[in-house]
Amino acid sequence: MRRILATAATEFRISLRNRWVTVAVAMMAVFALVLSAAGSAPTGALGADRLSVTVASLTSLAVYLVPLVALLMSFDGVAGEVERGTLPLLLTYPVTRPEILIGKLLAHVAVLTLAVGAGYAIAAVAAVTVDARAAQGLPALWRLMWSSLLLGAVFLCLGYALSALSRRPAGAAGLAIGLWLGMIVLYDLGLLAAVVADGGGWFTTDLFPWLLLANPADAFRLFNLAASEATAAAAGIAGAANAIPAHHALISILLWPLLALAAAVVAFRKVTP
Amino acid sequence: MTQSLILSTLTKTYQGVPALRDVSLSVAPGERVALLGHNGAGKSTMMKIILGLIGHDSGTVEVLGGAPGSAGAREGTAYLPENVAFHPALTGLEQMRHYLRLRGEPVGTAMDLLARVGLADAARRRIGTYSKGMRQRVGLAQALIGRPRLLVLDEPTSGLDPVSRRDFYELLDGLAAEGASILLSSHALTEVEARTDRLVILSGGVVVTQGALTDLRRQADLPVMLHVTPRDGARDDLAAALPQGRMNGTGVHLHCAQDDKLATLRRITGLGDMVSDIDVIPPSLEAIYSHFSRRDGQ
Repeated sequence: MRRILATAATEFRISLRNRWVTVAVAMMAVFALVLSAAGSAPTGALGADRLSVTVASLTSLAVYLVPLVALLMSFDGVAGEVERGTLPLLLTYPVTRPEILIGKLLAHVAVLTLAVGAGYAIAAVAAVTVDARAAQGLPALWRLMWSSLLLGAVFLCLGYALSALSRRPAGAAGLAIGLWLGMIVLYDLGLLAAVVADGGGWFTTDLFPWLLLANPADAFRLFNLAASEATAAAAGIAGAANAIPAHHALISILLWPLLALAAAVVAFRKVTP
Repeated sequence: MTQSLILSTLTKTYQGVPALRDVSLSVAPGERVALLGHNGAGKSTMMKIILGLIGHDSGTVEVLGGAPGSAGAREGTAYLPENVAFHPALTGLEQMRHYLRLRGEPVGTAMDLLARVGLADAARRRIGTYSKGMRQRVGLAQALIGRPRLLVLDEPTSGLDPVSRRDFYELLDGLAAEGASILLSSHALTEVEARTDRLVILSGGVVVTQGALTDLRRQADLPVMLHVTPRDGARDDLAAALPQGRMNGTGVHLHCAQDDKLATLRRITGLGDMVSDIDVIPPSLEAIYSHFSRRDGQ
């Protein structure tokens, strides 16, 4: 534990020095502000409070942004140590590889917490100031907060795994972008195309919900939208969100960080310094 | 006395190319052993196996009574890699504190350790701004953490100026006197000769010889060179009297085997008036080293 915390403290300091904290916080804050400003129109018509609507919009934003920021921070995690030549010395210290990864994970999750917290807080303040009922949406915001961090942890760990697999930062960066495109953008497009082609058959009714749950980003979206009062505010998979019980999505977003961490540890173990 | 490090018939092959063959070596507590060899002779490979960073194919390795890379071995072993590197965004002090925490040592000693290697003034600057010699000294400082029982140092003095080198070897003497075993590698025999108890010469993955310098000198049995200076006007007579030698501007150069040295000297002194001076030049350290570390076919 002492070694995990030491690694986390040093990694957090490095993130601070590398301006990762600043960049991540600024990015989330700017997007949250833009969303709050742009999302002011549909409030009354839905009958939902303003914050719940904001949470629905933030969910759609977080699905893209949180994995991206997580991958940007983590792709260098192992490959950077290999390239700088710091890994052989580190591995002769009495610290295990899982401890190193968990230390890095803690530090990067802390950075994400700052970024996501700042962004969501700005959006919440904006909502509360214009709508007195907005406090009703606070539980939804809290749920969005912690599920965003779990989603971030998944992609941080996947980033470490890719980093360990490629062993070179440039290669790891390419893989990370590929993973983001594949899991966040193309996966949904592929499912959409399949559903359209299937025309309401076996695929749509039986397989499709499971495929949604299998992707942590979709599970995150389902979990937040299913639990939200304002599902109608988010287009796309709102229908599916109603068909899948929220606790299935919850199980998915709880399991994924563990699986991803295990994958990262396995990949890191294969790295020979 | 139990040995800190025991290698026996260690063999390691990289993709069919043998990197180490039947290497046997042991290092006792308080002993300083220098590992010498060309680039690619297998020095770094051997060190990485000892540290548990890479595996080996056959033979046994015992580090501080445990397997290489085991928790006990890592606790007691310090390593200084060749071309040591650190995260450039951290300061020397932060990096040292991190390493102290990983070893479970009090972080308050970070400044003392940096001061011991002469980095007290630069401790609060980022490592990215350090010169190679300064980074090397951070590497030394981290190897001193927590009184290690075995130090594995891969070309520890590269990038250090002569004064820093001397200070470094003094640090090592102190550690060895306290009972630490030291295994260090180097290219230069001249540098380690007076500073280590035993030399191990590695060539093409094989230990070609090991022992104290005097043993190696005897084993190599390289010819001694004699330089005989003639008295004024006796040049041509001297050259005629010593036909096996070669006359140059100032005198006659001749080589003779170790065993013939005294007989040759007697013969020269027997020449009486012709000779004004004799210099006896033993084989240089570099000559001994190249004698042992010649690669096959060279």
